Amino acid sequence: MAAHAIFFYVFSIIAVISAIMVTVSKNTVHSVFFLILDFISISCLFIMIGAEFLGMIMLIVYVGAVAVLFLFVVMMLNVAQQQNQWFNSKENSGHIPIGLIISTIIFFELIIVVGGWKYKPELSEPNTTQLSNEISNTHSLGQVLYTDYIHVFQISGMILLVAMIGAIVLTFRQRVGVKTQSYIKQISRERSEGIEVLEVPSNTGVKIDD
Amino acid sequence: MTEIGLGHYLTLGAVIFSIGVIGIFLNRKNIIVILMSIELILLAVNINLVSFSIYLDDLTGQVFTLFILTVAAAEAAIGLAIIVVYYRNAGTIRVEEIDKLKG
Repeated sequence: MAAHAIFFYVFSIIAVISAIMVTVSKNTVHSVFFLILDFISISCLFIMIGAEFLGMIMLIVYVGAVAVLFLFVVMMLNVAQQQNQWFNSKENSGHIPIGLIISTIIFFELIIVVGGWKYKPELSEPNTTQLSNEISNTHSLGQVLYTDYIHVFQISGMILLVAMIGAIVLTFRQRVGVKTQSYIKQISRERSEGIEVLEVPSNTGVKIDD
Repeated sequence: MTEIGLGHYLTLGAVIFSIGVIGIFLNRKNIIVILMSIELILLAVNINLVSFSIYLDDLTGQVFTLFILTVAAAEAAIGLAIIVVYYRNAGTIRVEEIDKLKG
């Protein structure tokens, strides 16, 4: 049990510190790297607590896809070196106490919710899908994901499809004045318009390409 | 201290959620960091769902976390596409200069 506690504190302290660094770091690229560190430590916590499949999926989806997407956009937009000003600028400093107060209120509300659940645990509903010790986490997730939650699963696939099409439609731009291949024109070319057989009389030659 | 229970994980989720909210409020830099703060908030929600799922012995939380992951990935893709288009049109993504709807 002590090992569990040690690992929990190490990973959660890393996660909290890197979450703070995401918000306060001056360089946006550093923010993305701290976000990656945060996701890695949280997925370590997930694996430790027993949700191995979700930990691995977090690594693949967030670190492998989302964070790299953020990095691409940060590099494309040339905003990496914009300096952070909200610590030293005078006119924007009114946001800082408001934000701190609101987030402190939210934090204590969440803590109150945790405490209330802890002292009245019978408020929780009886569980419907139990965790099993015989089969692995991935196996049990797959058993409920493709049976009980199949419609939600397919709707989430539709959400991904819509997001993909939306991102392509938003960022697609037709550039004018660029010489590109016209595939349709190229494919629909016939032999008759490509070549021409001519009878060449001697000593006169052929006039090509008028 | 050495007995790690549900409360520890929920407290970690609350701390990360609050840091995400602070990041949204205090950010004066660019809108990408605000998107990253939203990702932090979704991560905190995932921590809560997974820890409830484990400690209440109910698999539904983990299934729900999968769907939240899906929605988070879609949201990041669409949000970054909107940011790219806005940068192409307006030339800036600084938060204080995005005030076209102010009138």
